[in-house]
Parts: sequence; structure tokens; C-alpha cells
Amino acid sequence: MKTRLTAILALAALAALIAGALAPVARAESSIRVGMVFDVGGRGDKSFNDAAYRALERAEKDLGIPMANMKYIEPTQTADRETGMRNLAEAGYDVVIGVGFLFTEAVNAVAKEFPDTKFACVDYDIQAGKEIPANVSALKFREEEGAFLVGAIAALTSKTGKVGFVGGMDIPLIHRFQAGYTAGAKAARPDAGVLVNYAGVTPDAFKDPTKGKELGLTQYSSGADIIFHASGSTGLGVFQAAKEKGLLAIGVDSDQAGEAPGHILTSMLKRVDVTVFEVIKEVKAGTFKGGPHVFGLKEDGVGYVYDDANKSLIAAETIAQVEAFKAKIIAGEIKVPNQ
Amino acid sequence: MGVAHDLWNILWDIETATGMVRLSIPLLLAALGGLFSERSGVVNIALEGIMLNGAFATVAVTHALTHPAVGALPAGPWAGDAALAPLAPWVGVAAGILAGVLTALVHALVTVTAKADQIVSGVGINLLAVGTTQFLCFRLFQSTSNSPTVPSIGPLDLGPIQDGAWGRLLLGYSPLAYLAFGVLLAAHLVLFHTTFGLRLRAVGEHPRAADTLGVSVAGFRYAGVLISGGLAGLAGAYLASDVAQFTQNMTAGKGYIALAAMILGKWTPFGALGACFLFAFAQKFQFALRGAPSPSLQAIPSQFTDMIPYLLTILVLAGLVGRAKAPAALGKPYEE
Repeated sequence: MKTRLTAILALAALAALIAGALAPVARAESSIRVGMVFDVGGRGDKSFNDAAYRALERAEKDLGIPMANMKYIEPTQTADRETGMRNLAEAGYDVVIGVGFLFTEAVNAVAKEFPDTKFACVDYDIQAGKEIPANVSALKFREEEGAFLVGAIAALTSKTGKVGFVGGMDIPLIHRFQAGYTAGAKAARPDAGVLVNYAGVTPDAFKDPTKGKELGLTQYSSGADIIFHASGSTGLGVFQAAKEKGLLAIGVDSDQAGEAPGHILTSMLKRVDVTVFEVIKEVKAGTFKGGPHVFGLKEDGVGYVYDDANKSLIAAETIAQVEAFKAKIIAGEIKVPNQ
Repeated sequence: MGVAHDLWNILWDIETATGMVRLSIPLLLAALGGLFSERSGVVNIALEGIMLNGAFATVAVTHALTHPAVGALPAGPWAGDAALAPLAPWVGVAAGILAGVLTALVHALVTVTAKADQIVSGVGINLLAVGTTQFLCFRLFQSTSNSPTVPSIGPLDLGPIQDGAWGRLLLGYSPLAYLAFGVLLAAHLVLFHTTFGLRLRAVGEHPRAADTLGVSVAGFRYAGVLISGGLAGLAGAYLASDVAQFTQNMTAGKGYIALAAMILGKWTPFGALGACFLFAFAQKFQFALRGAPSPSLQAIPSQFTDMIPYLLTILVLAGLVGRAKAPAALGKPYEE
């Protein structure tokens, strides 16, 4: 009898827990509704995904869209990505945003099923001969241009003449960061050495800080004194390595200075926050336009951080030189390789 | 010439050795955990889930004690306390061990008391741990993927003494790494040089005989599984402490690799150490290969280098070390 009572109580507690988790959130009907499905690494990666999340926060602040009208999903498996997008579209969200190139196929499929819903895909993989559905905004970046500038900063700041690059998944998108970084380092200092490691060949390579730390320690002990990572939350491990070795690292996508204060030389910015916010703004204003949208240095879609937090780490002459590179890239005088 | 020279350089680089030691610690702790359980006759495939729970508990407790004030939420009780704050990561580790013991208790209840299938119980615990930690992570940190960074136990810093070759090889690891080697010695002594160890092994080899002599089979199996949980929980705490945060499914199969290491080490502590070193070396070697100066080594596809550890495992299991013999009563519930 007593055990049965305990069992019933336990079940009741469990039910309460689940009910609490699933309880619908009251929402304001007047405003538009925004759905977002995150990439590998998820919210709290302090990098790519968090940049996208900041767009939601800004939409709340600047556009007055209540948080209750914005829903995000962190998929755990490949199949969950398409399901997540379909669920949000089915639930009537006005715009559904897929964060990451992995959503390309999913967004193509779901956008056709829901022609009245607007979609956006960050890092959409444009394939020759394949049409982008009209209701999809394909957000692309010229990452190599931003990576070029932080590569130059790294090479000019390095004492050893050797800098490192830790990539997440070994794919063309991340090769763009590597190519730009290497080109920038060599342009600033022709004798600069660049060490390169990738964390893996599956999407999990973007969420493995343990591996990131070991790769960082490997490169630091091989003589690199500055490491640039383009690897999602894997890079948080690179920062741990920088802290332990007392050396420098370069953040990616967001300003990552807060993750290892005093050890982040700069961060290569990829303004996922700005571009996603613009999409939400357009949907709200009814001016949404599908098709490819490409952002580079010229459009202020990529860049680097230079502020009070890292002023003491970078020489003024370095910044002057990097700004000169920037002007030349924008003017088309320097063509940055992207693979 | 270039390639051979590069390979030689990697093999003789102290960083290869230190990296191997660092990577082997979580495997070693979990493998030693598995040893206690399996020597008592209970298969512990739940190591993976126990580690994950341990990692999460470590981060959650450290965070609860030390997080700064956010909005209406007041700061953790130890935040900014110069005397207590440095202790928080250690309390976190203790919480990780406790979480491991509690998870293992479930495994013991199901397999020893209820005499259910040990593999099924282990798989269940592993799947449950993935879900539970994500659920709790979202509840606490509004993300199923990442916790915030928490204070952690850093590597030893003993100053210039660490700069020489021997200093680099022997010093400069996390204190938890030295603890792991202490556990290794203790495990060997307890298992093979104490009455407790003898009885634990007897229960795993021939429970009927042990029972006849008045040894409590269930009692020793509980002890084996709970010790196993504590050590696997500590392994998870090490993982979390290493990167100062929790990430979704951060064990990434290390529990299973530890189990393989234990089998490869023929159910002995030092054998497990050798196997853990082997696996960790393969991984570190692969990292070093990518950074090698000669283009022909760099040109090796990462897909190939990624498979080196698994290839080594299969090769070694296939015959290089002879037949590994499991405890005779392993996996069999004991019916009185």
C-alpha cells in the first residue's frame, strides 16, 4: 500500500514537471511571430548561435515584438532540423529562421510546403542550377574578408611568427575562414607560419570544447602564440587553452572578449545578429525580399573588434595597416581567396 | 626523409606525451569505475550516462555557488567570497561524484535487487542521462546545449620548475589528474591485496561459492556498482572541469571507450591504464599529425586520421593481446 502511494506521488510529481514544461505561453496576437531553429552548438555557444539570438532580443527592444511571440528550438539531431522548421511553419509563425548551412535542404523542402510563410537561412548553401524558393531569404557572408583582417592582426602581433587556426567541421564554409586568415597573415608578414587543425568531419565538431582545448594546447606547444577559431562552442575550449598557457586567441562571429578576458586579441565579427534582425524588420514592415543576400566588408556584414577591451593588446600601427587592407579589399584591389 | 623526420619529431615531442596523459584521465577514471562493477559481476555499460550526470552536477553546483547576480536573481552565496569561492569547484567535483553514485544506485537497484538485464538497464540509464541533463540545462541556463562558463580547477602552476623536460612531463596537470593516479594505485591495492577485494572478485567469479561461505553477494555487488558510479562521476567532473562548462552530451562516447579500455586491459587497473594511454595517444597523434610541417602528412585526409583510434582498438582487440577473459559470473543475476 505504502509503495503504491509512493509510486502515485512520484507519478504526480513527474506529471506536474512535464505540465510545467509544456504549459503554453500566453502571446500577444497583434504582433508578428518569429520562429528560430538553432545550429549545432546551440544557444549559449557565445558565438554563431548567440549572434542569431541577439537578433531576437533586438527585435523585442526595437520592434516591440514580445518574447512570447518568438520561439526557438535547439535541435539535437539532423532530422530534428527539418521537423523543427516544419513545426514552426505549421504553428503559423510569420517568419522561420534556420541558423546555419545545415538548414539548406530543410528550408528548401519546408518553404515549398508553406509558400505563405517567410523563411531565412543563415549561410544558405547556394548550389548551381538549384533555385532558391521565392519565400526564402538566403543570407550569405564573405567570411574570408573578415578572416583576412584578423589574420593580419594575428601575424603582426605574434612574437613567434607562428599563428594557429582551429576550424570546426572540415567543410568549404570553414575553409573560407581558413583561406582568408592565412592570406591575411601572409599579406601582413610573408614569413608567417600558419598551423591548421579541424575538430572533425561531422557537425559535432562544432560542439566539442574538450577537443578544442586539446587542439589549442597542441598548436600553442608547436610555437603558435595566437589562435583563431571558427568552430562554434568547440572554440570555448581553445580559450581555456589560451588562459592556461597565458597566450592569445581570436574569437569568431560574436565579440567573444568576455569569454577569456585579457586573452582575446580580437574577434572576427560576422553580423548574423544584424542581418537576421533586418529580415525580421522586413517581415514586420511587409517589405521582405527573397533570394540571396551577400554581406562582406563593404556591407559591414563582417569585421573585427577593436575597442577598450583589446586596445592594449594591439599596436596602433597594426590597426593602421589593417585599415589599409580593409580599404583595399572594399575597393577590390585585394581579392581575398575563399578556399 | 621529411615524413620520417616529422613522425619522429611528433613521437619525441613532450607535448605528445602530456597530451596523451591529459586525454587519458577521464577514460582512466571511468575504466577503473567499470572495473569495480564488472569484477563484482555487474556489467556497467551505464558509465557513459553516469559520467554525463557527473559532469552536469559539477557545473550546476559550482554555478549555483558562484554565479554573479543577474536581474532579479541574487548572486550565488559564495560569489565574491575570497575564502570560499576557490572551494566551489571542489564542491562541484564532490557533487559530480555524488551524482555518479546516485545514478549507479539506480543501476544497482535494477540489476542486483530486481535482477533485471544489466545491458538493458545500462542503455536505459545512458539514454535517460542525455535527456535529463538537457532538460535540466534548459531549466537552469535556458539552453539545452551549453551552460555558462563556471570557475574550474586549473592545472598546477609551480613556476619555473615546470619548464624543464621532466617538469613538463610530470607537472602541470590538473590536481584531478594526480588524484586519478592515486585512485589507480588504490584500485590495484583494494582489488588484489585486501579481503574486500578478494570477496568482491569472488562474487564476480563464483557467487554461489561466495554465498556458501557467508559473503553477501548482493552487498558486494552494490558496493562494486556504487564505487563504479563514484569514479565515473569523478570522470565526468574532470571533463566538466577541464573546459569549465557543460555542453550537451559532452561525454561523446567516452564511457564506451573506457569500457573498451577496461576489457582491453583484461579487467586489471594497470592494464586499463595501458589501454587508456593507447587510445589517448592515438587521438593526440592525430591532432599532431594535422599540424606537422611536411605537406605529405598534412595531406592525409582528416577522415583517415579520425579513424586511427578506432582502427587501433579493433586491431588490438583482434588478437595482439591474446584473449581477454571476463569474470565468470559477469552479466548473470544471482538467484539465491
